[in-house]
Amino acid sequence: MGNPMKIRASAKDGVTEIKILMSHEMETGQRKDANGTVIPAWFINEITAKLDGKTVMQAQWGPSISKNPYLAFKVKGGKAGDKVSVTWVDNRGDTRTDEAAVT
Amino acid sequence: MTQAVMERRQVLTFLGALAAAGFVVPQAAFANWDKPAFDAKTMDDALKALGAGAPANSGDVQIVASDIAENGAVVPVQAISRLPNTERIAILVEKNPNMLAAAFDMAPDTIPEVTARIKMGQTSNVMVLVKADGKFYAAAKEIKVTLGGCGG
Repeated sequence: MGNPMKIRASAKDGVTEIKILMSHEMETGQRKDANGTVIPAWFINEITAKLDGKTVMQAQWGPSISKNPYLAFKVKGGKAGDKVSVTWVDNRGDTRTDEAAVT
Repeated sequence: MTQAVMERRQVLTFLGALAAAGFVVPQAAFANWDKPAFDAKTMDDALKALGAGAPANSGDVQIVASDIAENGAVVPVQAISRLPNTERIAILVEKNPNMLAAAFDMAPDTIPEVTARIKMGQTSNVMVLVKADGKFYAAAKEIKVTLGGCGG
């Protein structure tokens, strides 16, 4: 289920900026351990972000997104108190959803 | 929350049962994930898998990143499109084992500016591909990497 995401969302001049910091290994599947065994790929591959219940961003990721991924984007509209909800799914089928309120 | 957890469990149990029965391989659970595009090992294949063909270079597509990345494991990149009706922004790294790093699909109200951090194995061109009004546009920028991000 992973560790909680850090989500910050702030509305200013009619634009809401959403910043998300996820906690995930994002293992590429290219690296080998000390015994030379390939460490299997393990990465977040789908993200859905909603503002006030409406999907504003859907992302698909490969393993070349950095460990503990950061994602920032802006949406027109939104106001203080609106709910931001972010869900990720990784390639093992694990998933996590976190929420935050726009400030 | 409790209910959401229960639903997730039920879904996972259901998928697990299907997998155990041999009906689906685990990857099939991610219906939306564009496996051919992410598996592509050449730029041409990646662009083809994304349906982009040969995108036109456009000054309305921008990559904001430093010229030199000290640590290839964490390279901050901002992709910006000034094109109206931008539907999708993709980030591709030419010299990574798999070119495609990320694809972002925007809702109409979402401003086409995304920031993410990518891994780069070595100095490479980074391409931002934008789909706007059904057409593809691109811009590229070379980012020098002094310490690779894939060797661990």
